[in-house]
Amino acid sequence: MSLSRRELVLTLGAGAAGAMVLSFGLRTQAAGGGGAALGNYVALAPDGSVTLLARNPDMGQGAKSLLPMLIAEELDVDWDRVRVEFAPADAKRFESQYAGGSLATPDNWEPMRRVGAAARAVLVAAAATRLKVDPAALTTAHGRVLHAASGRSLAYGELAADAARLPLPDPKTLKLKDPKDFTILGRSHIGVDTPAILAGEPIFGIDMVLPGMKYAVYVKSPVYGAKLVSADLAAARALPGVEQVFVVEGIAPPAGAQIGLAPGIAPGIAIIGRNWWQANAARKVLNAVWDDGFGAAHDSGVYDRRAAELLKGPGEVQRAKGDVDAALAASHRRLEAVYEAPFLAHLTLEPQNCTVSPTAAGLEIWAPTQFPNDGRDAVAKTLGLPLEAVTVHMRRCGGGFGRRIMNDFMVEAAVIAHRAKVPVKLLWTRTDDIGHDYYRPGTYQRLTAGLDAAGRVTAYDTHAVSFSRDGKLVDGGEIDLDAAPGHLAETSRLRRSLIPTIASTGWLRAPASNALSFVHESFWDELAHAAGQDPIAFRLAHLRARLGTPVAPPTEEGEPQYDVRRMIPVLELVRQRSGWGTAPLPAGVGMGVAAYFSHRGYFAEVAKVRVAPSGDWKVETVWVVGDVGGIILNPTTAHAQVEGAVTDGIGHMMTAIRFEKGRAAQANLNDLTLMRMSAAPEVDVHFHLTDNPPTGLGEPALPPVIPAVANAVFAACGARVRTLPLTAERIQAARADGVKAA
Amino acid sequence: MFKLTINQTVHAVDAPEDMPLLWVLRDEIGLKGTKFGCGIAQCGACTVLLDGQPIRSCVTPVSAVGAGRITTVEGLTATPAGRAVRAAWESVDVAQCGYCQAGQMLAATALITATPKPTDADIDQAMDGNFCRCATYKRIRAAIKTAAGVSPVDHRGDAA
Repeated sequence: MSLSRRELVLTLGAGAAGAMVLSFGLRTQAAGGGGAALGNYVALAPDGSVTLLARNPDMGQGAKSLLPMLIAEELDVDWDRVRVEFAPADAKRFESQYAGGSLATPDNWEPMRRVGAAARAVLVAAAATRLKVDPAALTTAHGRVLHAASGRSLAYGELAADAARLPLPDPKTLKLKDPKDFTILGRSHIGVDTPAILAGEPIFGIDMVLPGMKYAVYVKSPVYGAKLVSADLAAARALPGVEQVFVVEGIAPPAGAQIGLAPGIAPGIAIIGRNWWQANAARKVLNAVWDDGFGAAHDSGVYDRRAAELLKGPGEVQRAKGDVDAALAASHRRLEAVYEAPFLAHLTLEPQNCTVSPTAAGLEIWAPTQFPNDGRDAVAKTLGLPLEAVTVHMRRCGGGFGRRIMNDFMVEAAVIAHRAKVPVKLLWTRTDDIGHDYYRPGTYQRLTAGLDAAGRVTAYDTHAVSFSRDGKLVDGGEIDLDAAPGHLAETSRLRRSLIPTIASTGWLRAPASNALSFVHESFWDELAHAAGQDPIAFRLAHLRARLGTPVAPPTEEGEPQYDVRRMIPVLELVRQRSGWGTAPLPAGVGMGVAAYFSHRGYFAEVAKVRVAPSGDWKVETVWVVGDVGGIILNPTTAHAQVEGAVTDGIGHMMTAIRFEKGRAAQANLNDLTLMRMSAAPEVDVHFHLTDNPPTGLGEPALPPVIPAVANAVFAACGARVRTLPLTAERIQAARADGVKAA
Repeated sequence: MFKLTINQTVHAVDAPEDMPLLWVLRDEIGLKGTKFGCGIAQCGACTVLLDGQPIRSCVTPVSAVGAGRITTVEGLTATPAGRAVRAAWESVDVAQCGYCQAGQMLAATALITATPKPTDADIDQAMDGNFCRCATYKRIRAAIKTAAGVSPVDHRGDAA
C-alpha cells in the first residue's frame, strides 16, 4: 500500500449531501487551509471533523459504513463526527475495490483498522513533539490526544497539519486494540447514506446530473450476440426531443469471454434526447431487424430435454473418492432423484445506468458498479484510451446481487458519450435489464446415494448438468461440492455434462451455492427420511462422524475450507431456538431444516411452512443460526443482511427465467412472481460467536433457506418438490406422487 | 404548460401531456427521490401521493394530475404521519440499498393516515404493490407498526 501522506484531500461543501472528495494528489501547500490528509483514507479538518474514504462500493450491504467504522475505531474518533465519502476508483491507491463474495469484512477487518492505527500514530507523534513528552505517555480518545500525567490534551484538528508531515509507520508494526475496548465496532450504526436515502437525496447512480447532460437509451437485440441488419434511424430522429441517433458497431470480447467482464460492447442503436422519456419513446419507431436466427435452438424446453438425455449417460467424471459403484452395489438401500433449478435474473431495482462526461483527456464516469476498476479498464480498452484518461466515481447502487460485477452498462455509456461528445446519462428500461441480464444459470442434477443398515450414507454420486460457452463452463455455473453435504460421504463422485448456451450468465448472490444447496440439502433430507431418522439428528450424526478428519487446508486463493466443528453447534442451536420437534404442528404446517457452508459462513436454518389444500404455500417463520466469527461488527446491518438474504432466498424459489428463441421469455416484472410483503416471513436471527475472525454476511445465510423451505413443504404435506420454482401445481403433483409411493 | 403543486410548491412545467409524472418529477423538476423501477406500475418505486392517495407516477400522465396536490419523498415530513414514518424508518433501520424506500414510506404514510392502527393484514394489503428487492419487509412491517404506535411484534404465525 502506498501511503502518500503528502497528498491532500480537499473536502468541499461541508455537511452537504453532495459533498465530493476532490483533487486527490494536490500537495499540502495547495490546501488553502482546507485540511490535512493522513494517508489515503483519512482527512482531518481544523475544526476536528473527520472525512474517511470508503474504498468499496455499497449496494445495501453496508460496506460504505463498515470500512470507515474499522478505520474510526482505531483512529479513536467519535463516529458521529465522521463524514464518509466513496474513494475514487484507483486500483493503485486503494488496491482491492469491489463488492462481491461477502469479502468486504474479511478483506478489510485488519487492513482498515491498520489504516486508522497508522493515522492515530502520527497524531500521537505530533502531539508528543508539541507537548515535549514521550509518545508512550499519551493516549487517545474522542478525537483528542491526552497526556494524563499533566492533564493536557490536544484535538486532532490542531495536530493535523503537523501529523501530515510525519511519515506514516508501517501498518504491520502497529498494535491494534483488543476488541473488548471497541467503542464503535460491535454496536449498531445506521448506514452513512441512510439519512440521505430517507430524505430522497440524489445519491444513486440514476440520480446523477451534469450541466448540459443528455439522456440516452441503447437498443440491442434481445438475443445475446445478434448483429444489427437494419433500423429506421430517420424515423427516430424525427421525433420530438430526440437529438442524436446512431448505430454503434459491436466490439466482440476476447474469445471465450463475455462482454461486461471483458472489453467490448454489444452492437446497438443509441438514441440521445433532451429527456429520457422522449429518447426511450423513440425506440418504438426504429423497427430494428437483427440477425438473430441462431437463437432458435436456444430454448428452455430444448435445454430440459437435452438435460434429461445427458442424465441417462455417464457424464464426465470430475473427481472421485473411493469406488462409488461398488459402494452403491453393496448398500443396504439406494436412493436416486433428479433435481432442477432454473435460470434466474438479478432484478436490481435500480435498472442499469451510467453517466459519462467527455473531458479534454478522456472520460469522467459516475457508475453504480460493484467492480469500478474493472469497468474503468474495460472502458479504456474498448475505446483505446490510456487508463489514466478514464476517471470512475462510484455511486450508490440500488441493489447489486452480483449483476453489477459486469460493467457492460458502463462501457455502453462511455462509448455513447465519447461518440456524441456530450455528457450523457444512459438508463436501461426494466425490459432491457431483464433481457440483458447475466442470468444465474440453471442446473439439472441426478443424485444417487447408498445407505447402510444403520442409516449411514456410504456412497454419494452426483451427475450435474450445467451450461457451456465456447466449450467452457459458463460464468456462474461453477459446481463446487465441497460446501455441500455430499462431501460428508467418504465415497463420492462428481460427474458433469454441459449444454452449450448462448445466454449471458453470471453470478447471483451466493452463486453456485444458491442452487447446490437446494439440490443437495433437499436430497440429504430424503436420505434422512429413508433412513427413518430425524433430519437434524441425521445431519449431526454425519457431521460428528467427520470430527476425526482433519479440515482441508485453505485453497490457493486462501479460502478456508469446511470445518464440521463449526456446523455442529449452529445446527444444535437452531434445533433449540426453533422448538424443533417439541410440539405437534397443525395439519398442513411443517418444519424443514438445512445447513450450508458458503462464503466462509456456517448457517443452519429451520423454516416453518404452511401449505394450503390448493398447494399454495407460505413461509411463516425462518429461524437462523450463523457462525461468522467472534464479533458482529455492526449488528443492525448484520441482522438486516441475514433477514434480507433469507427472504430473498425464498424469492429465488418463486420465479424463473425461461428462454424462447434465444431470448428471455420474461420482459418485465409482471412476467415474474416476486417476493412481496405478504409472502415475507418472520425471520429470527442468532449469531453464534466463535473464536474466529469475522467474515461476511451478504451471502451465506441465503443458500440454506431454499432447501429448508422445500423440506418443510415435504414435512407439511408429503410433497417432495425437486424442481424450482416451487409452484402450487408442482406441490399438488408431488403430493399425488407421494400418495402413490406410500 | 402544466401547473403542478408538489410538496406545497407550485411548479410550472412545459412537458408533453402524455409524459408520465415520474419523468416530470425527476428530469424536468429535478426531484430525484421518486424512483424508476419498471415503468408499468408493478414495483411501486415511483409511488407518490396524489391528494394523499398513493399512485404510481410511472403510469400517470402529467396531464392527469390537474390541480391535485402531489407529495413526494422530499415533502414527506410535512404531515405528522409522514414524520412518524420517516422517524420509524430510521429507528428501525429499514433501508438496505434504499432504492425502493421512498415509495415504501409514501405507501406507508397513506396507510397509517387512512388506518391509524393497521393490522398485519392491512399492511400486507397496502404494501404488496411496493417491491423491495433487498427484501427488507420484516423491518418495513416493524417500522409501520412503530410509526402507528402499535406493537411491532409479527403475530401472523401465531394462529399455528
